[in-house]
Amino acid sequence: MTLIQVRNLKKSFGELEVLKDINVEINEREVVCVIGPSGSGKSTFLRCLNRLEDISGGHVVIDGQDITDTKLDINKIRENVGMVFQQFNLFPHMTALQNIMLAPMKLRKSDKGEIEKKALELLRKVGLSDKAHVYPGELSGGQKQRVAIARALAMDPSIMLFDEPTSALDPEVVGDVLGVMKQLALEGMTMVVVTHEMGFAREVGDRVIFMDGGYIVEENVPEELFGNPQEVRTQSFLSKVL
Amino acid sequence: MDTIIASLPYLVQGLKVTLYIFFFSIIIGFLIGLVVALIRLTPFKILNWIAKAFVDIIRGTPFIVQLFFIYFGVNSLEFISLDRTVAGILTVSLNAGAYFSEIIRTGIQSIDKGQAEASRSLGLSQAYTMRAVILPQAFRRMLPTITNQSIISFKDTSLLSIIGIADIVQKGKVQASATFQPFEIWLTVGVIYFVIIYLMSLLSSFVERRFELR
Repeated sequence: MTLIQVRNLKKSFGELEVLKDINVEINEREVVCVIGPSGSGKSTFLRCLNRLEDISGGHVVIDGQDITDTKLDINKIRENVGMVFQQFNLFPHMTALQNIMLAPMKLRKSDKGEIEKKALELLRKVGLSDKAHVYPGELSGGQKQRVAIARALAMDPSIMLFDEPTSALDPEVVGDVLGVMKQLALEGMTMVVVTHEMGFAREVGDRVIFMDGGYIVEENVPEELFGNPQEVRTQSFLSKVL
Repeated sequence: MDTIIASLPYLVQGLKVTLYIFFFSIIIGFLIGLVVALIRLTPFKILNWIAKAFVDIIRGTPFIVQLFFIYFGVNSLEFISLDRTVAGILTVSLNAGAYFSEIIRTGIQSIDKGQAEASRSLGLSQAYTMRAVILPQAFRRMLPTITNQSIISFKDTSLLSIIGIADIVQKGKVQASATFQPFEIWLTVGVIYFVIIYLMSLLSSFVERRFELR
């Protein structure tokens, strides 16, 4: 089943056209990795999927609902689309547990005990049970990002978006975060991952999209895209990063 | 010393008025500041312009002119009548409100955009994001400047004696001429102001420390 459908997506910042004509479909349970040089529009593309960026043209359909329709309650859609950021963006004035519980406490009907139990469960899942009552300032980068993943999962989303989740991390903790993401993928989460981790894209991705200059230049299963790239631009990019 | 002790009950009476006016002014002023700051952060052009004009006018005129304008000027209009206390509280509130609005606006803008994005990406509304994520962090950052403006506004209330409000300065004037000992009386008034402002600073650093640590 198609969960994300993007048709003729365009995005401009003033004069600068960052996304020129993006067309892509992503199925349920699929893990799609988006790679490309910086400035290629991959992060902007991801941010259009939950309308963190206003969409300039075209359509983005999430689970059957066109989010470019301004009459639509975007907050309802966002509950269903978790997002993880490069800079974590944890709320520094709340403990790890409070970070995770903030959205469900406001948006879910369930009682506090139930939400807390679920939040602790999520912390256990990302391997940080012992950090429930710790503030973000006392966590390492890798721990922060794992809390951020738990927070994004708190509303039980059916789609998870990752915007370069390991780019701000020290090399030795990248593996912890990728491990959590891999686990999620194995559980069948639909994921769109903008990343520079080619190893992760190759191992976990069902499909890899290569973007450059505001277009999707090439997309394929990882073995093909990495092993036998068709486009010159893909070849040139891969020769630099692999 | 006897003069001071004899005058103290009168001065304390005035101090009560000063504190009463300050208390209401600072609360109303803060609310005005919050509303004006939030308006200035919305994209509505006309509202924005009005809010900015308000801040510019208050900043561009002396407090005493604002006070006279409201107490003598506005009061001379036939359809309105403000007693001195109301006029005094109104002037201090509007004045503090304009300065608070700038403190709050820049405080909110100093919070990283990623904070709002993370909150919105969870499906939380803009209003709730402001209340639960942005303002608590911004407030912590604003605290020293808020204290500073509160102290300035506290001292501004001393000018209200000019329109006949029986604050501590007004009482001081009366006592100074009644006792013929202006040195002792004004020294006492000064010490009282100093002690209260010092206590305000202490309270502020205490609150700051309670919030910091994270």
